[in-house]
Amino acid sequence: MPEETRLPSSSPPEGGDKAAAKSPTEKPVAAAAPPAKPAAPAKPAGPTPQPWDSPLVASLKRQFGSGVQALTYLGQNYLEVDRSLIPEILEILRDQEQFNYCVDITAVHYPKRERQFDVLWILYSHPRKERVRVKTQIAEAESIPTAVPIWPSANWLEREVFDMFGIQFSGHPDLRRILLPEGWKGHPLRKDYGIIQQDQEWVQINLGIESGQ
Amino acid sequence: MLDYIRSYLDPSVQQTPGQAGNLFWALVYILIVFAGVSLIVVCMNWLERKVLAHMQVRLGPMRVGPHGLLQPIADALKLILKEDIIPQGADVFVFWMAPLIILLAVFSVYCVIPFGPTHAITDMNIGILFMLGVSSLAVLGIVMAGWASNSHYPLIGALRSSAQMVSYEVAMGLAVVSVVLMTSLNPTGTGTLSMIGIVRAQQAQQIWFLFKFFPLGLISFFIFAVAMVAETNRAPFDLPEAESELTAGFHTEYSGLRWSLFMLGEYAAMIAVSSIAVTLWLGGWMRPFPHWLSGPSWDLAFSFFPALTFFFLAGLTFYSTRRMPKHPYFRVQTLGLGALGGVFLLIALILSVPGVRRSVQDVYWFVAKIAGFLYLYIWYRGTFPRYRFDQLMKVGWKVLLPLGIGVLTLTAVVGVLQP
Amino acid sequence: MSDPTSPVFPLDLDEKERTFLDANELILNMGPQHPATHGVLRVILKLDGEKVLGLECVIGYLHRGVEKIAENRTYTMFNPYVDRMDYVAAVSNGLGYCEAVEKLLNVQAPPRANYIRVILTELNRIASHQLWLGTHALDIGAMTPLFYTFRDREEILKIFERYCGARLTTHAFRIGGCQYETYPGFEKDVKKFLDFVAPKIDEYEELLTTNRIWVERTTKVGVISAKDSIALGVTGPVLRASGVKWDLRKAQPYAAYKEFDFEIPTGQNGDTYDRYLVRMAEMRQSMRIIRQAVEGIPEGPIMAKVPKVLKPPVGEIYHSIEAPKGELGYFIVSDGSTQPYRVRVRPPSFVNLQALDLMCRGQLVADVIAVIGTLDIVLGEVDR
Repeated sequence: MPEETRLPSSSPPEGGDKAAAKSPTEKPVAAAAPPAKPAAPAKPAGPTPQPWDSPLVASLKRQFGSGVQALTYLGQNYLEVDRSLIPEILEILRDQEQFNYCVDITAVHYPKRERQFDVLWILYSHPRKERVRVKTQIAEAESIPTAVPIWPSANWLEREVFDMFGIQFSGHPDLRRILLPEGWKGHPLRKDYGIIQQDQEWVQINLGIESGQ
Repeated sequence: MLDYIRSYLDPSVQQTPGQAGNLFWALVYILIVFAGVSLIVVCMNWLERKVLAHMQVRLGPMRVGPHGLLQPIADALKLILKEDIIPQGADVFVFWMAPLIILLAVFSVYCVIPFGPTHAITDMNIGILFMLGVSSLAVLGIVMAGWASNSHYPLIGALRSSAQMVSYEVAMGLAVVSVVLMTSLNPTGTGTLSMIGIVRAQQAQQIWFLFKFFPLGLISFFIFAVAMVAETNRAPFDLPEAESELTAGFHTEYSGLRWSLFMLGEYAAMIAVSSIAVTLWLGGWMRPFPHWLSGPSWDLAFSFFPALTFFFLAGLTFYSTRRMPKHPYFRVQTLGLGALGGVFLLIALILSVPGVRRSVQDVYWFVAKIAGFLYLYIWYRGTFPRYRFDQLMKVGWKVLLPLGIGVLTLTAVVGVLQP
Repeated sequence: MSDPTSPVFPLDLDEKERTFLDANELILNMGPQHPATHGVLRVILKLDGEKVLGLECVIGYLHRGVEKIAENRTYTMFNPYVDRMDYVAAVSNGLGYCEAVEKLLNVQAPPRANYIRVILTELNRIASHQLWLGTHALDIGAMTPLFYTFRDREEILKIFERYCGARLTTHAFRIGGCQYETYPGFEKDVKKFLDFVAPKIDEYEELLTTNRIWVERTTKVGVISAKDSIALGVTGPVLRASGVKWDLRKAQPYAAYKEFDFEIPTGQNGDTYDRYLVRMAEMRQSMRIIRQAVEGIPEGPIMAKVPKVLKPPVGEIYHSIEAPKGELGYFIVSDGSTQPYRVRVRPPSFVNLQALDLMCRGQLVADVIAVIGTLDIVLGEVDR
C-alpha cells in the first residue's frame, strides 16, 4: 500500500527539502537551537518554544533529570519526556501535581523521523487550573504503556489512537478499533495512508464500480 | 321468518335481542356494533392526530382531503396493500393468531355493553364479570405476539405488558366491586352484575355512582380511570410499546394488515373500557340530570342535543369551507368539505324528527360520554412522560391496590350504616 | 465503580456458551437504527430481566475522517468542515477552530468580532439545549416539549439565516474575526428573541420541572459522582450537575467572555434531573450573556489583519472552548505550510459517552434511554 499512496497534497515532511522536516517536536534541546528553522526569511521567525520553569518542572527534573524537557509555546506548557518514563511520570503528574483530568490523548505521525510517532497527553488540573501537555516519541513497532489505570478516560482515547495510528498501548483492557470497523486495513491518520486507494478498494468490493472519485 | 323478525319489534319486548333469544336481531346488532366501533376507531385515529397536533403547535394531517379528513382511509389502504413481513424463525401460526386473539377478546366485550336500555347485543346477569374476564384475554394475544416474533424487543414488550395488565386488573376489579356493592343499596338488598342492571340501579337511586358516598365513588372511579389507561397500554402507561425504548414493543415485527389489526384492537379496547367506566360511574345511557331537570319540557330540550351536535358540526364544516383557500387547486377539497357539511346537516335534520329523536337519545348520551374519555386519552398522551416499569408496578401495587381495598371496605361500611 | 482509578472494564459478551435454558442474561442490541439513540449509536446491553448488567457502545457509523480531511485542506478550507461535527452547535465548533488557528497565527480577533462571536455562540448554546430538551423529553415519553422547543429554536435559526445565510451548518466565523458585519436590525432581532424566549423557557419548566412522572423518571437515574466524572473526563453540563463548578468560559476565558457577568449553574446529585436543571439554568445564563453583549457591542473592525494565504509558523497549539456539550478542544500542529500537519479534535460527546456504561449499570432499560438523552451526544461529533 505505501508505494501506492498518492497524497494529493500536504504531508509536507515528505516535501523533502522543506524546512518542515524539522517540525516543532523535533527540537530535543529547544534552548540550544531555538528557531530551529522555520527557515522562511519572510516570517519574522514567529514565536519559538521557550524553556519553561516552574516548581513542577523543577521537581520533575529532580526526579528524572534530562529525561524531561519543559517548554512553553504561545503560552502553553508542554513536557517532552523520554518514552521509558511514561507511565511513571503520568502517575506523578496525577498523584503529586494534581493533574486529575486527562483531556485528550492523541498522536502525530512523522514518517521521516526515526521514531515516527509523537504521543501526546493533554492534561488539566482542576485544583491548579492549569493545562499541560506531555509528549513522547515512539518508534513504529514500539508499544507504550496504557494510561487507563491512571485516568479511566484514557480508555476510548487510546482506542482511537490505536485505531487511527496503530500505536499499541500495552496493558489496555480492550484495545480494539473504535471508529473504524473491525477488519479495516491500515491506520488512516498515518501520513503514508492512501486515501484514494482505500476509496477505490471499498467501492470495488461494495459497489462494484471502479472508483468513487 | 318475517314474523320472527317482527316479533322483536313488538313494543312489549323491552329486552335486548340476546335476552329475547332473537338470533336475527342479535346478528344485526353485532354488525351495527362492529361497524360502528370500526367507524369510531377511524374517526378517533383522525381526531387523535389532529387534537394532539393542535396541542403541540402543529397542524397534523392536512394533505389528504380537506384538513386531512381522508387520511385514515389513505392509511388503511396503505396498510392493506403493504407487504406483510413475517420474521425469520418466527412461530408462524402463533404470529398469525396473536392479532386475531386480541381482536376477538376486545370485540367480545361489546356483547354486553348497553348503549341503551335495550340497545345491547345481550344482557348477561354476570355482565361485568364477563367483561373483565374477556378483556383480560387480550394479554394472551400480546404475549403470543411477543413470543412468536422471535425478537428481543417484542419479547420484552410482551413481558412488560403481561405484568402490567395482571397487576392493574386487580385494582380495576376492586374498583368495580365497590360499584357492584353500591347497586345493592335498594330495599331488597340485592345487587347486580348485569351491565343494564347497574345503570338501572343508578336510575333508581337517582345518582351517578361517581357521586355516590361523595368521595368514595369518585375515588373508585379514579382508580378505574388510571387502571383502564394502563390496561389499554396508552400513555403514560404505554410501556409495552414504549416507542423510544422498545421501538414498538410487542408489535415491532408486525407490518401491514396485521399491524393495523393491533391498532384496531387497541382503539377498540379504549372504547370498550371507556364504556365500562361510563356504565359503572357515569350513568350509562342516562342523560345528565334526569331527575333534577325532569319533566316533559326538559325531556324535549335534551332530546334535541343529538341534532344540535350535528348542526354544530355542520356549521363548523361550512365555516371551514368558507375559510378554504380560494385557489382553484383547492376546489375539489372545498367541494368535498361542503358535501361533508351537507351530510352532517342531513343527519342533523333526520335526528330532529320526533320519532328518531327519542330513539337515538340513549345511544347519543352513551357515545358522548365515551367521547369525553377518548379525549382524555389524547390529552394524557400529549401531557405525560412515560412511567418506568418499576414505577408503574409501584403505582399499581402500592397505591391503587391499597386504595381500592380501602374504598371497597369503606363503601361496604357506609352502605351498611346507611339507613 | 467507586474507585475512579479503576477503569470501566469492557463487557465480556461471549464469556461462555450459554444453553437455551440458561436464559438469565439477555443480550439486547439497541441501534444503530433505534428511535432513541440520537442518530447511529449502537448500544449492546447485557440485561438481567430489565436490569442492565453492563453495556458496550459501538460507534463509528458516522465516521467521516474529519481529521484526515483537515490534513488535505488549507486552514481556511477546513473551516466549514468543523460545522459538520456537532451539527446542532455548529457555531461553537467554528469558534473553537478559528480561535485555535488564530492562536497559532498569534493574531487577535477585534473586540467587535469577539462580541458577535459570543452572541452567536450563546444563541447556539440555547438552540442546542432546546434541541436536547425536546429529544430528551421525547425519549422519556413526553412528546409535546419537542414541538415547543423546535418552535422556539426556529427563531434562533432565523437569526443565523439572516446573519450568514445558513441555518444549521453556519460557518459563521472566519479565521481572524467574522466575515460578515451584523445585518441592520441584528441587535433588535436578538433582543426581541430574548424577550420571546424567556417566557418559553418558563413554559418548558412548567411542563416538566414539577411533573411527577418526569421527576420520578429522572431523579437518581444515571448518577455519576464528581470524582468519577473527572476521572472519566466528563465535561460540560454533565460535570457541572455533579457539583463541579468548572466552565471553560470562566476557567480559561476566550473570546469576550471575560467581560460578561454570568454564573455557572451547578447541581449536587449528578443525576438526570440535576442535569436537566443545570441545562435549563444555562439557557437563562446564556440569555444573560447575550443581553450584556448586545447592549455593549463595540464599534470597530470585525476582521483582524490576516494574510490571504495562512501559513502559521511551525508549532502546535491546543485550544478548547466550552461547547454546549462540554470541552471542545482543537489540537493543531503546523509545519509552516498552508495546510495543517495534524488537526485533532477533542470531542466532548465522545468522551462523555464513555461514562454511559458506568451511569447505566444496575439501572433499567428505560433509564439507559434517559441517560443517553441526558448525556446530550451528537453522533456527528462522537464519530467525526
